[in-house]
Amino acid sequence: MKFTTLKALGTSAAISLLAASSVWAAECIAPANPGGGWDFTCRQIGKILYDIGQVDAPVQVTNMAGAGGGLAYSTVVAERNTDPELIVAASSATTTRLAQKAYGDATADQVRFVGAIGADPGVIVVAADSPFQNLSDMVEAIKADPASVAFAGGSAAGGFDHMKPLQVLKAAGFDDITSVKYIGVDGGADAITQTVGGFTQAMTGDMSEIVGFIKSGEVRALAVLTEERVPGFEDIPTAKEQGFDVVAVNWRGLYVPGGISDEDFQKWADRLQAVADSAEWKQAMTDNGLAPFTKVGGDFQSWIDGVVAQTEELSREIGVIQ
Amino acid sequence: MDIFANLALGFSVALSPWTLTLAVIGCFLGTIIGALPGLGPSNGVAILIPITFTLGLDATAALVLLTSVYYGAMYGGRISSILLNIPGDEPAMMTTLDGYPMAKQGRAGEALVISGVASFVGALLATIALALVAPYLARIAYKFGPAEYFALYVLAFATLGGMASRNQAKAGLAALIGLAIATIGLDNNAGFDRFTGGNLHLSDGVDFLVAIVGLFAVAEVFFFIETHGRDSAVGVKLERVIVPWAEMWSTRWTMLRSSAVGFIAGVLPGAGASLGSFLTYMMEKGIAGEKGGFGTGVAKGVAAPEAGNNAAAGGALVPMLTLGVPGSGTTAVLLAVLMTLNITPGPTLFADRPEVVWGLIASLLIANFVLLLMNVPLVRVFVKVLMVPPAVLLPGVTMISFVGIYSLSGSYFDLVLMILFGVMGYAFRKMDIPTVPVILGILLGYQMENNLRHAMTLSGGEWTYLFSSPIAVGLWIFAAAGFIAPIFLRGMLRRPQVAEADKVTD
Repeated sequence: MKFTTLKALGTSAAISLLAASSVWAAECIAPANPGGGWDFTCRQIGKILYDIGQVDAPVQVTNMAGAGGGLAYSTVVAERNTDPELIVAASSATTTRLAQKAYGDATADQVRFVGAIGADPGVIVVAADSPFQNLSDMVEAIKADPASVAFAGGSAAGGFDHMKPLQVLKAAGFDDITSVKYIGVDGGADAITQTVGGFTQAMTGDMSEIVGFIKSGEVRALAVLTEERVPGFEDIPTAKEQGFDVVAVNWRGLYVPGGISDEDFQKWADRLQAVADSAEWKQAMTDNGLAPFTKVGGDFQSWIDGVVAQTEELSREIGVIQ
Repeated sequence: MDIFANLALGFSVALSPWTLTLAVIGCFLGTIIGALPGLGPSNGVAILIPITFTLGLDATAALVLLTSVYYGAMYGGRISSILLNIPGDEPAMMTTLDGYPMAKQGRAGEALVISGVASFVGALLATIALALVAPYLARIAYKFGPAEYFALYVLAFATLGGMASRNQAKAGLAALIGLAIATIGLDNNAGFDRFTGGNLHLSDGVDFLVAIVGLFAVAEVFFFIETHGRDSAVGVKLERVIVPWAEMWSTRWTMLRSSAVGFIAGVLPGAGASLGSFLTYMMEKGIAGEKGGFGTGVAKGVAAPEAGNNAAAGGALVPMLTLGVPGSGTTAVLLAVLMTLNITPGPTLFADRPEVVWGLIASLLIANFVLLLMNVPLVRVFVKVLMVPPAVLLPGVTMISFVGIYSLSGSYFDLVLMILFGVMGYAFRKMDIPTVPVILGILLGYQMENNLRHAMTLSGGEWTYLFSSPIAVGLWIFAAAGFIAPIFLRGMLRRPQVAEADKVTD
């Protein structure tokens, strides 16, 4: 019996060790469950940082799902505010939610946004057999009968995916935004499934979510919400060139705790720049439908401040916040 | 034949000594992870991800290791369900209903062998089905919109009435409590938090893993303390492991039917293994009728959920590989690994990366045989882990549960919540309220509500939309039948069976 006791203890000890391995390495918090964009950011950036020798030990990825990133945000602010070895995956969703006060009392100035090194362009997609040939067709149909087009997206109502078609409609002079139908499902692929199945008429999401389906010909992209057409997807027109002045990209980047020194902030900015310049990252971007979008260091922080202010204004306008 | 050429390609990738070693290691670790309460397939796979990167495994090797762990955990979950009355992971929940009574009657060995073989049948058939029809089957997902999903969840709840052999009202109450708990968190359709009291930890709702570990494992600890181990589930003896051939043969149709239903439940995104094992158990219970003695420790009662949940595990790989839609928590983790390895699952994966897909399928086939060997003839090894004296085992189980739950979100809040669920589980057991429906309520309530609300959004509030497709109507008919049938059956075959059932379960 003693032997089996030891064995049981050994098993549990081994498992606890696994769970808490690499205590001394840099840590990247993905504020979501494995499988999403933030998880991708942490794992990919973490892997490349190690591969190109920017860090000595593999970066430990911690998934801290909760409150759409709010849990990780409040934990970092309250408990890890001066940890120089901590990075946290962030994206447009982070700033959208901060602007909408979805993280409780937290504000965007409590952490430091260190950089974005890629962006997932916003897209509006329809099933291959849809009657809509371009963005104008769809906008006109909605103007005629707002109930005729329902959108599916991977974020909850009021989230980034929901805002994209609303921004397009506002740009087209359509103001009855609350009458537009939107359902928030579990991720972009699920939203596409609903659209291909004919349950919704259009899908709103990110380029990375539609790559496989575009290639297989099951869906068509009506527009990509970038300044210029995306490399590798040159046949998808921008909303801008179709006369709707909307740019919405889901940038992928990191924030660090607010209380770290300027040197540590600069250290992470440099490391992130090295990842952005690496061939590995360029390959990962191509494979995942990300477009180049590099803003690192102080530039990025001031850009973020602008975006937060803008989102706050827009959210108020469309009634998501008072 | 294409399929043989493809499989040959797959085996040429999977049959190297290195990948075989990984498969064996993965199966072994997976079975242990599955058997330990609190550690399920999803955190098992998540914990091993860093290791695959540290070892520098290539895409195929990493997939072989991780899917072996996945399948292994699905097999292993039943061990603690049967021996401890604590499900090793959430799909194994249904296995406690008949597995534990069997163990109490001194038939733990038979329960382990039959459920092991059922797991093998379910997983093997699902893997074969995955190889044969995955690209076509993916289309099923396109047929399921909000109305169809809602009807599917209604079907699951409609059969709940037959769940408790003694008191339907208590089962209904438990399910309602589960549904109520499921409404906590961000309202996905309005973008506002509900019932969170401003606590960010609650804004994603209550994780069902927290609930399951609390209701089963922590409650067990309280019972143990109260009775000084006398009345505790822990400590069921495994005498010897014999293969009950006749009994096993009698479950052959159960295994086949359950494999089919489980596989389809797995293919539907959002349904998954737990729904698979639940539906198969209720289906077999319905087919056997009151005379079947489900809930009192019958072979079919362990064969059905185990064939069902292992088939669902295979089925869940279909939407993940072909659509990039994860059908369960674990496939979400696997999806993340694929993306990190620069493999984009989706409609073109089978054409673009055949060596990955067919290598995976071949290694799943191999893993299945390894697992059969580990879980039937060698099952004693794993049982030994759980057979240490309760005074040592329970603290160990508690510790592992805490580590497992902490690893979910890395916050102590879930631990507090888990203990609260433990108190609730203890109180429920005292009041003889079943806890399985609570978990089902939490597990299915969120999706059920979401789909109903989506259906209402899409139809502009028109309720007839819920009956607007043949699939939806079919599911509603099954649901109605599942709800009404037990009432009539009970009327026809009254008292004696119920009294008998009471005697055995107590």
